[in-house]
Amino acid sequence: MLHEAGIPVHDVPFVSVGGGLGSFIMTDVLRICGVPTSSIKVLSNSDTPWQTWEYLTRASQLPPGERIRSDAGARPDNIWGFPSYAVHEAWQDRSPKLLWQVLVEPILTDFFSPRAATVFATVKREADRISYWDMLAKGQVRMVRRRAGGGYFTLLTPPAGTAPTKRVAIRSQYVHLAVGYPGLKFLEDLQRFRETYDDYHRVVNAYEPHEHVYESLKKRPGTVVVRGAGIVASRVLQRLMDDRERYGLHTQIVHMFRTFVTGPHGSGPWMRRPGGDGWAYQAFTFPKSAFGGQLKAQFRRLEGEKRAALAKAVGGTTTPKLRRWQEQMRQGRQGNWYHPIQAVVDKVEPAPDGRLVSHTSSNDGGYGRYVSDFIIDCTGLEADMPEHRVLADLLEHGGARRNGAGRLAVGENFEVTGTASGGGALYASGAAVAGNHFPAVDSFLGMQTAALDIAADLARRGFCADLGPARSFGQWLKWVTGRPV
Amino acid sequence: MIPTLAGRLQTRIFLLATVGVVLTALVVPVLPGTTGSPARTYATAYLILLAVAVLGLGWELVYHLLMQFRWDKDWPTIFGLLTIVPEGLLVWVLLDLGMIPGVPGPVAFSTFAVMFGFVWIGQWLFVNGPIRVFFVQWRLRGGRVV
Ligand SMILES: Cc1cc2nc3c(=O)[nH]c(=O)nc-3n(C[C@H](O)[C@H](O)[C@H](O)COP(=O)(O)OP(=O)(O)OC[C@H]3O[C@@H](n4cnc5c(N)ncnc54)[C@H](O)[C@@H]3O)c2cc1C
Repeated sequence: MLHEAGIPVHDVPFVSVGGGLGSFIMTDVLRICGVPTSSIKVLSNSDTPWQTWEYLTRASQLPPGERIRSDAGARPDNIWGFPSYAVHEAWQDRSPKLLWQVLVEPILTDFFSPRAATVFATVKREADRISYWDMLAKGQVRMVRRRAGGGYFTLLTPPAGTAPTKRVAIRSQYVHLAVGYPGLKFLEDLQRFRETYDDYHRVVNAYEPHEHVYESLKKRPGTVVVRGAGIVASRVLQRLMDDRERYGLHTQIVHMFRTFVTGPHGSGPWMRRPGGDGWAYQAFTFPKSAFGGQLKAQFRRLEGEKRAALAKAVGGTTTPKLRRWQEQMRQGRQGNWYHPIQAVVDKVEPAPDGRLVSHTSSNDGGYGRYVSDFIIDCTGLEADMPEHRVLADLLEHGGARRNGAGRLAVGENFEVTGTASGGGALYASGAAVAGNHFPAVDSFLGMQTAALDIAADLARRGFCADLGPARSFGQWLKWVTGRPV
Repeated sequence: MIPTLAGRLQTRIFLLATVGVVLTALVVPVLPGTTGSPARTYATAYLILLAVAVLGLGWELVYHLLMQFRWDKDWPTIFGLLTIVPEGLLVWVLLDLGMIPGVPGPVAFSTFAVMFGFVWIGQWLFVNGPIRVFFVQWRLRGGRVV
C-alpha cells in the first residue's frame, strides 16, 4: 500500500517518537545496553532533546540560572545518578556549601536542586557521547500503525524541502512513544474570555511566553491576579516579587486558590501532608518514595479503584516549601501587597477602562469582584491525551486503550496494552502513561525507570544486552571518563 | 534513600557482607588498644560485625516504623549517618556486658569505636552513591538488591 502511494520505506529495528527528554533517556539506556546507533532512529520535530523542556521552563519563569524542582540524584544524563548533580555543581562552582546541603537536606535545608542550565549542559554532553545526533531524524510523525507481518510502520513528514517525498515510512520491530504534553490547558472561564474578547494580552497562561506582563508592570504599577497552587504559581509569584524588590515596583498581587489549604491534611498520622497559607507542600511532584520506594511498591501492588484512591490521596497540586518563597510571601502579607484568597472564578469581563474584572464566589458563600491589569493562569499543562494526533490514532486504530485516568494503559514493562504486533512491541513513557502502575513516570527519574524497564524487556526479547553489575560498572567508567559507550 | 522494608533488610545484610567485611579486614591491623594475636582480633571484629547485622535487622524495623511518620516516606541521608549513635551505643553496651556471643574477652572502647566508626562511615558513603554503579535498579526498587 505504501509502495503504491509512492512512500519510501526505511528499515530500522527501533524507533522512538518524540525526541524530547524521554526519547533521549530511552536511547541513552539502549546505547549503554550495547545497541548500535544504526539500530535506532529518533523521530522528532525538535532539534535537541531539551528544546521543549527549555521552552516550557523558561516561559514558566524558570530561566537557566534558576534551580529546578527535582533533586540531586535525578540526572537525565546519567542513569546511575552518581556522582549527583550536587557533586557536579559543587565541583564546578568550587562550592562545598552544596555538598553540605545534600548532606543535611531536607532536615536542615531545602532539598538541593540543580540549575536548569546544568541539565542542558550535561544532557548535551551525554548526547554527544552516545552519538544521539546520528540517530535523530527530523520531522512530524503522523501515525504509528501495526504491520500485517509484525512490527510497525511509523509515518513521518520530514521538514519541507529535505526529502524527495512528502512522507516517509519507517518499518521497525519496536516503537517507543515519548511525545510529552499534547498542549496547554486553559481554565475554561479564561479561554472563554480570550475568545470572546480576543484579548491574548491581559490573560495569559504561565506556560506561554508572557514577558510583556512583567515589562508592563515595570512601566506602570498594576495589579495581577495569579491563579493556581502549584510550583508554576510559586515561580510566577517569585518573579513578581523579585521584580518588585529589584525595581522598587508597587505591584499588587491577588492570588486565587480554588482549594485553600490551611494546614497539614490527610487521613491520619501516617498520611499527613504539610500545608498552609493556601498551599499543599511537597518537595517533588509526588511524595519522594513514589519515585522508587514504598509508594512505588504500593502502586504496583494495587489495582483498579484502590490504586485510584491512593493516587487521589498522594496526588494533587503541590509546591515545595522553600525558605526563600516563604520569606517573600511573609513580607508580601505583612506589607499588604500579596493577597492570598480562596475563590472560584465564575467569569472574567473587561472593565470599562480596559482592565479585567474577575467575578468570584468563595466556599463561605461570599461573592467577590477583583479588578486587575493581568491574569496569569498557572493551573496546568496537559490537555486531554487524544488531543495528540498520534495517540488518538493509536486509540482508534492501533488497539490501545485508555486507563482509568484517561491516559494510555501500559503493562509493567511500559508496553502499551493491546498494541502487540507479531514479535514486535510498542512502548510509551512520560505524561501519556500516567495513571498506570508507576505514577511518577513524567519526570527525569521516572523516564529512566521506564527506559530501564523497557530495556530489560527488550533484553528478554534479545534486542539488547542485560544491564547487570559488570556491564553497569564498565559503562559507568566510560561515562565518568567521557568515552563513547 | 527511599527504602521499602525489604530493601532496608536486604541492603543492610548485603552491605555488611561486602563493604563491611572488606573494611573490617582493612582496619583490624591498625586498630588501637588491641591485645592478643591478630587472629583473635579478627575473630572479635567479625563477631561484632555479625552482631551489628543481627541487631541491625531489628533497628531497620524501628526505622521503618519511624519513616511512616514522614509524608515522603524517605530516609534522609543524614539519618543514615546519625543512627551510628544509638546503634553503636547498643553494641558497645552489649559488648561491655559480655553479651555478644563468642567474643573471647574484653574489648577496649578505643578498639571498638575506631572499628565501628570506620566501617559505618564507609558503608554510609557506599550506599549514598557507589552502590548504584553496580545496581542501577537499587534506588528504583526501594533498596532491594535482588
Ligand atoms: C516547567 C516544567 C518543569 C519541569 N521540571 C522538572 C524537574 O525539575 N524534574 C523532573 O524530573 N521533571 C521535570 N519536568 C518534567 C519533565 O520535563 C518531563 O518529565 C520530560 O521533559 C518529559 O519528557 P518527554 O520526552 O515525555 O516530553 P518532552 O520533553 O516534551 O518531549 C516530547 C517531544 O516530542 C515532540 N513531539 C510531539 N509530538 C510529535 C510528533 N507528532 N512528531 C514529532 N515530534 C513530536 C515534541 O516536539 C517534544 O520535543 C518538568 C516539566 C515542566 C513542563
